[in-house]
Amino acid sequence: MFARVVWLVLRKDLTVEVRSLEIAYTTLFFAVSCVLVFAFALVHEGRAPEDGAAGILWIAIAFAGTLALGRTFERERQSETLRALLLAPAARPAIYVGKLLGIVTLLVAGEMVLVPLVALLFQAPLLARPLWLTAILVTGTVGFASVGTLFAAMLVRARSRDVLLPVLLYPITVPVIIAGVRATAALLQPDVEIDILRFWLALLVCFDIVFVTLALWTFEPLMTD
Amino acid sequence: MTGFDFDDLAVEDVSRHFGRRRAVSRITFRTTRGAVLGLLGPNGAGKSTLLALLATLLRPSAGRIRYGTHDTAVHGPSLRASIGVLGHDLFLYPELTAHENLEFFAGLYALADPRAAAADALRQAGLADRAGDAVSSFSRGMRQRVALERALIHRPRLLLLDEPFTGLDDASAAALAARLRTLRETGAIVVLATHDLDLAEGLFDSAVFLRDGRMVDVVDRPEALRSTYRHIMSRAHTVPSVSRTEG
Repeated sequence: MFARVVWLVLRKDLTVEVRSLEIAYTTLFFAVSCVLVFAFALVHEGRAPEDGAAGILWIAIAFAGTLALGRTFERERQSETLRALLLAPAARPAIYVGKLLGIVTLLVAGEMVLVPLVALLFQAPLLARPLWLTAILVTGTVGFASVGTLFAAMLVRARSRDVLLPVLLYPITVPVIIAGVRATAALLQPDVEIDILRFWLALLVCFDIVFVTLALWTFEPLMTD
Repeated sequence: MTGFDFDDLAVEDVSRHFGRRRAVSRITFRTTRGAVLGLLGPNGAGKSTLLALLATLLRPSAGRIRYGTHDTAVHGPSLRASIGVLGHDLFLYPELTAHENLEFFAGLYALADPRAAAADALRQAGLADRAGDAVSSFSRGMRQRVALERALIHRPRLLLLDEPFTGLDDASAAALAARLRTLRETGAIVVLATHDLDLAEGLFDSAVFLRDGRMVDVVDRPEALRSTYRHIMSRAHTVPSVSRTEG
């Protein structure tokens, strides 16, 4: 039943998004603009600052992710459909996981555009080790989105939710973003040290486990009142 | 019915506070299967808060709500399977078709065949020919019919309605009232909060009158609803006490 509810919520979110493409367009437009601005500011005569690509990539992911989180739950608020989800006899953590996977899917889809763009503009060999990069991006995105999904759901009825979401989200997800930046920067070195990569990736996995567990534990009581 | 079944609903001395603000205070009433109970009162009387409490979306600050022998504290998700809610907002995804909306909710309520349940519900709503159209293209009345079927798709014992007549034309409102009477005959417990006293005339088996979060009167089989309402509310303005009146 848990997996079925997760699938239902995920499929519904993706269907709604495919029909409207609202979040995909806005987050992608924002993220691409962000990367372009940094590229014009930091790249001179074809030379980008060392490790700059890693930082810019994760800044774009974090900002676009915040936008996506806000819009996803704004959509649930407009017709009070979040209330309908909470009224269903389904396990509420399953609803959380379904929403989380929907946001992660959207962000990973956006990253598939962002990564080649950053690699091109910053002359960074991001695609040299695609499996490592995929692992770093997916674990980092899950860590960021797991906290973001919980906070966005909590704040859905707050009047100043657009201000409160980043204020609450960034301080808690800074460790995830730093680990993501360091892991990506390690990947960009001419001689990649696998031990360092493994360390940052393990840290990201630990963050994911802690954040997802805490979110699953707190989602039901937080959404009841 | 997929959840717990129950024969009566009892609200016992229930209060709900939001910080220092008192939304409802010491509400007590009981209703049984095959009855329609009205929650009546002006804006801010506490009707929607009371419905949210009955729907298990909020927990009482004091008192308790019993669904037969069951309590929300013990039987949360199973109890929700026996409750249907039609809010002022319709709880539908405008980007999805009517069939997709109903199939999604049928799946959430773990019905054996969500697709067939959605098709049946659309036939009941008289919208089978619009099954594949996005809900955003529907009129308010059509959306309301889909929303009612969404609330009823799992055949709940308890149906909670918040201002269900808002925005409906006369024919749609009459159809909704007729559907509620049918539900009463099939043994559902219906709790309906409304301002529309003319449309609700003759529909209630009992009515709870609320003002400023307090219960000011309970009337069994209320007649001449508008004049009863005026009388009770003007009395409540001067004498804040609870009484029970035979209609």
